[in-house]
Amino acid sequence: MTETTSSERLPIELRTEALEQLLTERGLVDPAVMDKFIQMYETAVGPMNGAKVIAKAWTDPEYRERLLSEGTAAIAELGFKGSQGEHIVVIENTANTHNVVVCTLCSCYPWPVLGLPPSWYKDPAYRARMVREPRTVLAEMGLELPADTEIVVRDSSSEVRWLVLPERPAGTEDMSEEQLAGLVTRDAMMGVAKVSAP
Amino acid sequence: MTASAPLEIAGPAAPPRSNGELVFAEPWESRAFGLAVTLYDAGAFEWSQFQAALIAQIAAWERAHPAGECFSYYGCWLAALESVLAEAGMITSHDIADRAAVLAARPPGHDHDH
Repeated sequence: MTETTSSERLPIELRTEALEQLLTERGLVDPAVMDKFIQMYETAVGPMNGAKVIAKAWTDPEYRERLLSEGTAAIAELGFKGSQGEHIVVIENTANTHNVVVCTLCSCYPWPVLGLPPSWYKDPAYRARMVREPRTVLAEMGLELPADTEIVVRDSSSEVRWLVLPERPAGTEDMSEEQLAGLVTRDAMMGVAKVSAP
Repeated sequence: MTASAPLEIAGPAAPPRSNGELVFAEPWESRAFGLAVTLYDAGAFEWSQFQAALIAQIAAWERAHPAGECFSYYGCWLAALESVLAEAGMITSHDIADRAAVLAARPPGHDHDH
């Protein structure tokens, strides 16, 4: 067992189980509703949703305009809405400007389009270092950017949840929207990677 | 936790992964997540209250930075949930500790349901 504060001497899985039992017994949590939520975020909600949004923006100029001006509303057009989907602002990566997303205070993240955040996004080192030395951190994550590319670090919060519209890779002109969606990764929509042609 | 069936890594029964990573690293993380989302959905608290508590827990961990202890996001998440529930007078950390102690006293093998 790890070193914990005095009120948390018991293993955390037992504290969690205890809390769930108490809340269920007191009628404050309906286990069926809870299971439904967990299953939803484990299976139905994830980066494949965001990938559809990006692919549509790449192939439909009018949708792209709407997405860049009213992120949450444009995303809801495709049926993706819900908790943590409010105030999504979509920002475009170009050949000259690269946006990368962080949440310095906690882990604000657009759940309806990306699902729950990966561990690196929640990690204290990522949250602190991406602000101070984004070029170095991106290189460590496998994304070497040219020296003349401007990097803009976008700090998500409950007021603004950023989503990156990555550059459409060259050589994908003949691909369908569905095929394009298959290329878009979570990391590209957070700005820690680029989308590559197949 | 000892012997368990190997995880199927492909096919319809495979656990969900986002870019190769499980959504929840351990089962208790999914329960802690589900409790907060379900309580919020039922109107037990405002999400902003929970988020403020989560920010405070993460900041406290970062200030203290216990030597050798890895950062646990869902550990902070659970502590935030406990503090919001205590503040709302719904459940105290004492209640939780008492029940956890009861659970800890169960004989080994009690939860072999799979």
